[in-house]
Amino acid sequence: MSAAFDIIASAGLWAAVLRIATPLILGTLGALLCERAGVLNLGIEGIMTFGAMIGWLTVYNGADLWIGFLVAAVAGGLFGLLHSLLTVTLGLSQHVSGLGVTLFASSFSYYVFRLAVPVAGTPPTITPFQPIAIPGLSDLPFFGPAFFSQTTPTYLAILLALVLAYVIFRTPLGLAIRMTGENPHAAEAQGINPMVVRYGAVIIGSALMGMAGAFLTLAAFNSFFPTMVQGRGWICIALVVFASWRPVRALLGGLLFAFFDGFQLRLQTVLGGAVPYQLFLMIPYILSIVALALMARRARVPQALMQPYRRGER
Amino acid sequence: MRFERREHRSIALVIATPLIAIGAALALAGVLTAVAGAPVLEAYWLILKSAFGSRLSATETLTRATPLILTGLAAAVAFRARLWNIGAEGQLYLGAITVAWASSQFLGDLPGLVQIPLLLLLGALAGMTLLLVPLWMRLRFTVDEVVTTLLLNFVAVLLVSMLIDTVLKDPMAFGWPQSQPVADAAMLPKLLARSRLHLGLGIAVVLAIVLAFVQSRTVFGMQSRAAGLNPEGAVFAGVPLKGTLVIVACISGGLAGLAGAVEVMGVQGYVTTELSPGFGYSGIVVAMLANLNPLGVVLAALFTATMFVGADGMSRSLGIPSYIADVIVALSLLTMLVAVFFTQYRIRR
Repeated sequence: MSAAFDIIASAGLWAAVLRIATPLILGTLGALLCERAGVLNLGIEGIMTFGAMIGWLTVYNGADLWIGFLVAAVAGGLFGLLHSLLTVTLGLSQHVSGLGVTLFASSFSYYVFRLAVPVAGTPPTITPFQPIAIPGLSDLPFFGPAFFSQTTPTYLAILLALVLAYVIFRTPLGLAIRMTGENPHAAEAQGINPMVVRYGAVIIGSALMGMAGAFLTLAAFNSFFPTMVQGRGWICIALVVFASWRPVRALLGGLLFAFFDGFQLRLQTVLGGAVPYQLFLMIPYILSIVALALMARRARVPQALMQPYRRGER
Repeated sequence: MRFERREHRSIALVIATPLIAIGAALALAGVLTAVAGAPVLEAYWLILKSAFGSRLSATETLTRATPLILTGLAAAVAFRARLWNIGAEGQLYLGAITVAWASSQFLGDLPGLVQIPLLLLLGALAGMTLLLVPLWMRLRFTVDEVVTTLLLNFVAVLLVSMLIDTVLKDPMAFGWPQSQPVADAAMLPKLLARSRLHLGLGIAVVLAIVLAFVQSRTVFGMQSRAAGLNPEGAVFAGVPLKGTLVIVACISGGLAGLAGAVEVMGVQGYVTTELSPGFGYSGIVVAMLANLNPLGVVLAALFTATMFVGADGMSRSLGIPSYIADVIVALSLLTMLVAVFFTQYRIRR
């Protein structure tokens, strides 16, 4: 028991929690935005993979870290455009289209990566984002190193959650997005074009997913390797339900999740050898499933989620 | 621009759809090949040659198609009833490890004629079990099975990784994490001497024919389609929705588990975490290319296997990353979706 307490009381754990949470927060916010407008985006896993690859490759070829981040966001947006074409314009099954986007985006990432970086003994690396100490706050004992010495994208992700919450619940644009996700026909009667809203939400949401992926290669690690996203995208889809489609709860959900993940990582080193490490690695996936079971009944799903909208067709 | 539902779909159009989709996917991937600086037509010629150019390569392609037929059927059966089983990868691994466990621990001494059917059954049961959990969660807690089946894929592979690292570890494998082998008697008979082609292909094709019959000619086939097309209407018409979904899940999970069992008993003889290069996920593409038709699945699996086996050979000659096969397969899913759409709708200005 004291081992567990020691882990929780270490500033290192909490610093890791914020780091682990960042891609989850960004990805969950992206998926949440799409779903608020009524589009389930299962392209997330592939889009994150592509963002991780293209962000890394951009920086590897000499560009600035932020340019890499931006390129990943734009690439994510383009995949969002593809998903919108399939699901909004053509009204195809959102499940299958999303999986198609994931399969395409991830295999395309591996193809481009292999083409650009021939097989090498050790994967090439870049210099990732360095932690920024917030003046004053970072000098606090415990809290300073735990919460106020993160990389800039981490602060950005937290800020984005608050901004998105404001936009969705306090602005006319947010109302339009929510209406489109709840009842696109009513939205149209109000002079809102549901197609445009859905396109916008999916493109911006997918751009966030691209950034989530880029964080992995530009801040959390410093190199790209296939399958590095490791189901984080699917966990984000589960977190959206856990967060009941609310950005601030998505932020908290991401943090809670990252806490368990960071905790199990440290517990692994403490209990190392006695318990197979794979058991620890299962925890995030099992937790996501449990979270879904707990929240799915209570959550208020956007009523038009997964329903294609065709003008004049009911 | 608007879309208008077609009143009538000609048979020729329905048959041509996957061909058009595959053509479009190959054209798009051709652009990527050209960008990489390789002659496109030669690349495709090499893919075909590497997949069918010799007796060895042709049997290899058929061997590769075998698990794809089974995972393709698993997806097709489930999707027909709108049960989104994306967990074939995990079910495959669970089927595989169950077979390795049973044969190496307690069934190994049985003669092949008894042991093989028993093992196939156990593999299928394991896959079934893994899909019944998400189905139960959907029926009990209204949890979308897409996410749960996807997440369970990771759990299943980790479980396999743990078992082949501990209790089922082969002490003769020089420290590599691989399971103890199945008994010799458990290996499926070869269909052709001096090749890896095994009875699994026959099993897969027979199952495809049986499923085609079940889907089109039995009450259950009709009920499962009804459950997919219009669940509320189906209930109103007296279809036992839950019961139908449970049976569909048993068939779908069972087929995916069988894919793993067959792969172990036909090819490898043991389990590693590299047993499947994404057979479960490719099965989704196979099912969609076949428009969820069980007999079409056999052809679509053959196409997919051709791409994978052929791209390996092409990659060695031209230096194009063999990931191009994954790109072609993924693109053909997307082009198929669009092509199917245009068989159902026409554009009206």
